Amino acid sequence: MSRRVALEASHAAAEAAKMADVDVISAYPITPQTHIPERLAEMVADGELSAAYIPVESEHSAMSACLGAAAVGARTFTATAGQGLELMHEVVYIASSMRYPVVMTVCNRALSAPLSVWGDHSDAMAVRDTGWIQVFCQNNQEAFDLTLWAFRVGEDPNVLLPVMVHLDGFTLSHVTEPVILPEQSEVDRFLPRFQYPFALNPDKPMTHGAFGPPEIYSETKLAQEVAFRNSKEVVLQGWKEFGDIFGRYYHPVEEYKTENAETLLLTMGSFTETAKIVIDAKRDKGEAIGLISLRLWRPFPFEEFRRTVKGAKILIVFDRCISFGMGGPVFSEVRSALYDEEPRPKVVGIIGGLGGRDMSEEDFEYVIDRGKEIAEKGPEKMLETVGIRG
Amino acid sequence: METKAVRFGEKLVTTKEFLAEGHNFCTGCGEALAIRLAMKALGENVIMAMATGCDEVCTTPLPYTSWRVPWMHTLFENAASEISGVEAGLKILAKKGRMPDRDIKCVAMAGDGGTSDIGIQALSGAFERGHDFIYICLDNEAYMNTGIQRSSATPYGASTTTAPAGKFSIGQITRKKNMVAIAAAHDIPYVATACPSYRFDLMKKVRKGAELKGPAYVHILSPCPTGWRYSSNLTIEIGQLAVQTGIFPLYEIEGGRYRLNADPPKLKPVEEYLKLQGRYRHLTGEEIESIQEMVNEDYGKLKEKVAAFPM
Amino acid sequence: MADKLSWKDMEVGNIVKEAGNASFRKTGDWRTERPILDKEKCIKCALCWIYCPDAAIKPSEDGYYEADLYYCKGCGICARICPAEAITTIEEEEK
Repeated sequence: MSRRVALEASHAAAEAAKMADVDVISAYPITPQTHIPERLAEMVADGELSAAYIPVESEHSAMSACLGAAAVGARTFTATAGQGLELMHEVVYIASSMRYPVVMTVCNRALSAPLSVWGDHSDAMAVRDTGWIQVFCQNNQEAFDLTLWAFRVGEDPNVLLPVMVHLDGFTLSHVTEPVILPEQSEVDRFLPRFQYPFALNPDKPMTHGAFGPPEIYSETKLAQEVAFRNSKEVVLQGWKEFGDIFGRYYHPVEEYKTENAETLLLTMGSFTETAKIVIDAKRDKGEAIGLISLRLWRPFPFEEFRRTVKGAKILIVFDRCISFGMGGPVFSEVRSALYDEEPRPKVVGIIGGLGGRDMSEEDFEYVIDRGKEIAEKGPEKMLETVGIRG
Repeated sequence: METKAVRFGEKLVTTKEFLAEGHNFCTGCGEALAIRLAMKALGENVIMAMATGCDEVCTTPLPYTSWRVPWMHTLFENAASEISGVEAGLKILAKKGRMPDRDIKCVAMAGDGGTSDIGIQALSGAFERGHDFIYICLDNEAYMNTGIQRSSATPYGASTTTAPAGKFSIGQITRKKNMVAIAAAHDIPYVATACPSYRFDLMKKVRKGAELKGPAYVHILSPCPTGWRYSSNLTIEIGQLAVQTGIFPLYEIEGGRYRLNADPPKLKPVEEYLKLQGRYRHLTGEEIESIQEMVNEDYGKLKEKVAAFPM
Repeated sequence: MADKLSWKDMEVGNIVKEAGNASFRKTGDWRTERPILDKEKCIKCALCWIYCPDAAIKPSEDGYYEADLYYCKGCGICARICPAEAITTIEEEEK
């Protein structure tokens, strides 16, 4: 019998790792992720979960130990945030290029300097290019569901790629919401045992991590990209299977009241739920406005995204990160993804919600109004922002 | 009939080569020899995690490998954290009944750079957590693979490309970081120094470190003809002189107790060792004198420890 | 040979599945000097075998140990450490 419990997103993610019967957890604490390694440590200490818990001495070692564990065929999990994700940056690239299916929760946190333990998407945006399958959660149920799904997809023999599950620091990680936890038997039906086909073993000695001279490096990278793009098939398959068993279906692009929408707002992560309230109010007043959210961030869901925005005149992209010298990263990518489309909406970008700055309904109303203005009159400022004084 | 082992008195050494012939190590490389001997002591029931360095680059250019054992490499500074994951993974998979418990030896190998500089954090963490593994440091006393840049293991007075001897510099102005003492300070079960010139001593120590439960650290001096600038045929001799002059003493620390494996009644003068190597060519008589004093001092301190905490 | 492979030939994760497949490489080409064994002097102590960094010296018939010229890089360690002075080195000929 599945049950409905009150859980922080952190604990929901930990619960998913537990139900997935993870083998090795190698994690270093960092605000606002700490509740995840703490909860997992508790579970291991009490025998609720049979796993090796490696209390590593830094995030670089956390991911490195994950690679070692994955290389011998263990199901591995870790979690981090902000500076921790940056410290393990080079190892993150290794996980994907060596095709180790590690699952990692990132409690999105602003990057220093100045030091900020609070939420925004700068840590996520800094790892866009790393070759990990990446999804964004909007609420605690998704934190549980997508973590479970991540193991299924990453470990699929046709994928063998690491998966990052982004959930907003503090606004999700430390907020309690009702979460439906399935029965273990359902989870076992959904998630097969991890059988890594190239596990290091003295019976069949293999070499992992040979270096790539110029004569071969390019071919390895093309091969990696092809495999990465092809993983989308299993991403969708995984969501279908998830829905069939647990009753909740996820899609690469979430659409909210987009029918006949002339204006679309694009948000990522938990602030999407606040924005939806504003969309509801505007729809009630008869405005043809909707919201879309990229649940699947990588590999970028070009097809679904282009289909979703067809017919809209204006697309307002809300970014929680400044890509210095360029602007909003999601805005830039989304604009680029639509460049060849004919017709295509006018795409404008507004940045806010940095370093723990909250977004209220009024703030989203401003984003929508200002977005429409920019679409009509063109950009006036170097950078369009919301909620930044001056 | 193929010879399976070579006999040396009572000892039998396998003819199996776990590091395949045809590797890319320099002519006369002491590190290649050290690895070859260590692998014979370790056998095939191992999983190896190796750091970026000569050892990795000379053996694994895609799509080829010189390794005949399970082997992995990811980065420069994380051999110790990588092997921690391997070790924990093997243990938990056996505990959960997903694979038989075969007591596979977990081996990490790295150069002096990947150990005492960029790799020291990961190593310290792995020691502190007490993983069951052996860590072998192949010490050629500089970042040799990238072109002879200094490391914290480069000895005082040696010339490297980033601490070169010049009008205003003797070369390395710091003394060699004592990684062996650092390892011992973690109170791990077994710490030892070794040199490929002393082949059975090396193999015995590697086997011992691998068999003991918990972390083991074996620091192997690896003479480098390219970086130390000597004629390639002198590798064994130079290793012997390193020990005979007291510059690189052979000793073990087991459970905090010391054993000096070779204690010549009279140490050879350091000059005999230094004069064979181009990296010391610039040293004046005075400078050699001061090096002699440093070596006497360090050797004296070691003897005191041996006397105070005998095995 | 690596430069003939297409991206489709790449293994997942660039894993090399064949242990020791680098052993086809002819490092004997590096040599400027080659070791010559005088079997009359050789005492079959196997020090040359154990001290060769390239594992190029192999047990041969009758208990001798001889350099496999396919691999031997000509470092001269064997000649230098032979206690019976049974190994000498000569210059490789120009080809």
